[in-house]
Amino acid sequence: MSQHEAHTATESVPNERAEQYFVATQWQLMWRKFIRHRLAVIGAVVLAVFYFWGLFPEFLSPSVPSERVRELAFSPPQRVRFVHDGRIRGPFVYGYRQSIDQLTLQKLYTADTTDLRPIRLFVRAAEYKLWGLIPGDIHLFGSDRGPVMLLGADSFGRDLFTRNLYAARVSLSVGLVGVVLSFVLGLVLGGISGYYGGMVDNVIQRIIEFLISLPTIPVWMGLAAALPPEWGSIQIYFGVTIILSIVGWTGLARVVRGKLLELREADFVMAARIAGARQRRIIAGHLMPSFMSYLIVHLTLAIPRMILGETALSFLGLGIRPPAVSWGTLLQDAQNIQTVVLYPWLMSPALFVVAAVLMFNFLGDGLRDAADPYK
Amino acid sequence: MLAYILRRMGVMVVVLAAVSVCAFVIIQLPPGDYLDDYIAGLQARGTEVDQAEVEALRHQYGLDRPLYLQYLRWIGKIVRGDMGYSFVYARPVEALLKERLPLTVTISVLTLLFVYAVAVPIGIYSATHQYSFADYGFTVFGFVGLATPNFLLALVMMMLFFYLFGLNIGGLFSMEYVGAPWSFGKLLDLLAHLPVPIVVLGTAGTAGLIRVLRGSLLDELSKQYVITARAKGLDEQRLLFKYPVRVAVNPMLSTVGWLLPEIVSGETIVAIVLGLPTIGPLVFNSLLSQDMLLAGSTIMLLSFLTVVGTLISDLLLVMVDPRIRFEALQS
Repeated sequence: MSQHEAHTATESVPNERAEQYFVATQWQLMWRKFIRHRLAVIGAVVLAVFYFWGLFPEFLSPSVPSERVRELAFSPPQRVRFVHDGRIRGPFVYGYRQSIDQLTLQKLYTADTTDLRPIRLFVRAAEYKLWGLIPGDIHLFGSDRGPVMLLGADSFGRDLFTRNLYAARVSLSVGLVGVVLSFVLGLVLGGISGYYGGMVDNVIQRIIEFLISLPTIPVWMGLAAALPPEWGSIQIYFGVTIILSIVGWTGLARVVRGKLLELREADFVMAARIAGARQRRIIAGHLMPSFMSYLIVHLTLAIPRMILGETALSFLGLGIRPPAVSWGTLLQDAQNIQTVVLYPWLMSPALFVVAAVLMFNFLGDGLRDAADPYK
Repeated sequence: MLAYILRRMGVMVVVLAAVSVCAFVIIQLPPGDYLDDYIAGLQARGTEVDQAEVEALRHQYGLDRPLYLQYLRWIGKIVRGDMGYSFVYARPVEALLKERLPLTVTISVLTLLFVYAVAVPIGIYSATHQYSFADYGFTVFGFVGLATPNFLLALVMMMLFFYLFGLNIGGLFSMEYVGAPWSFGKLLDLLAHLPVPIVVLGTAGTAGLIRVLRGSLLDELSKQYVITARAKGLDEQRLLFKYPVRVAVNPMLSTVGWLLPEIVSGETIVAIVLGLPTIGPLVFNSLLSQDMLLAGSTIMLLSFLTVVGTLISDLLLVMVDPRIRFEALQS
């Protein structure tokens, strides 16, 4: 809200609200501004759902990612239906009847209206270990009469819906872990650069310029190809995130440095210093608040880049390796155009990737507007 | 001006030296070297491997020397134009690069031109018609374009073309022209194949640039000189193109600095998906098979392309924009 609007607001609305506006803290103002950005709120909600999936895929999916149903290889997505024999009933799916196309010798799946599979909540099915620790076999939904595959199956007859949910865990957390790493690197190096200035600043700035001028994907590929083949899933996972942050920290370091240089000279810092505030109080009470909002915006916009990087590397077979699943590894199945044309549902992970990145961009946009609530 | 150019060239040489060290480190990172793989392959096929012969080979390729000597030897040869031999393709690296480099450069430059040709008019329109229906449309396009990784876009395009026209749009040449010498027919064939990779590669950059231009033009439009010009009765069209557009377009040239690395980088992976005969697939295959000399040269060359491209764009910017020229010559 602009200054001008604020003034007119005082005249037209009851004094109470204007009063609230003037006494609100900076964070309250940011929150109000954020809430008004509709796309950003949608982004935040969708991402909350995605991360919830990533936290509990074991419980939320009807199967486990390694479970194979051989006879359902490449079966198309099952539709959730509510009408059977002209009568409305609870949600259910039909099983598949198989036949062979005489011309192309291809397996054809047709809905078998006699094989009715009602979808129930809290079904006992494949056993899993929640976060690899807590054993369980209760799934949020499923059918006790056979597999339910809402997004179809891959070449081994594994449920793509389940695999997409498990992949969300890896793909979404790579972004978070990578951003934390670049955050630390960017904060430390950008901080040093901005605080000391001079020679140190010069060297760090040249390094950043150098890293930015490199084409990232070939460099990532080169580094990822160097990850030892004997490494386990978790080591590879961290290896990939470290590689992604090696390039990713540069942008953040620039923001930190720029802000530090700007704030160091700001009047309110000078005022605090003259008033006799201690160094720690200046940093924690004055610098951090005017700083954090920008950092949060920048971090939010850095996460989708990490997610895209991981997807690209895994898609090429250089990142996360099977049996671990990420959206990128799932998309490896979609590399062959013939396969994609015949079985378009193999592209479903792409929708999740695009949705996640889009929502992060919306969220970041809203946060950017909110970060400067006085504008 | 000359001093500025020379200084920038000097900086570029330093950057390229750093790039070469990086490329060398990357190719040294995987455990073992190509000979290890080669020997393992021979042993797997049951061939006896003589230890003395292995040592001789290792010595011949200089693999038994300390790393910095290996680096100096490698870079010394590259400077003299000898990039070594690719084990995987069984051909000299220069020959491979000579074949693929022109296509890589062509695609990158055309993509860059495509991005500007599309982004500038749309950006101007969006800014002058702020909050109009089309502006919202372009904003949505911008968000989706930035969120879609280009290799996915490549897959989707291939899928669409296959569904709609039954065409396979992979590659840069039709079957009959792949090995053929250059001719008018081959050129036409190439032109027919170019649009898809260019659109795929350019989408993200276009989306980003529209937002940049829209933002900076909106800033300019609200400045006082625009109001003054309007008050003096200057025709809206002439006013727009005479002042604010010129001011807003100039900084866009400096976007080449991040746009070009992005295009070259994206080209690597899109080329693998679309099967383009450019340098990208070379990087990929050489890394997978630890073909070190090829991997090093290709990574080096791609970085070289972006660094030189950025330098050219910076020099152009200095020539076009007096304010930047002033700043550059001052420092």
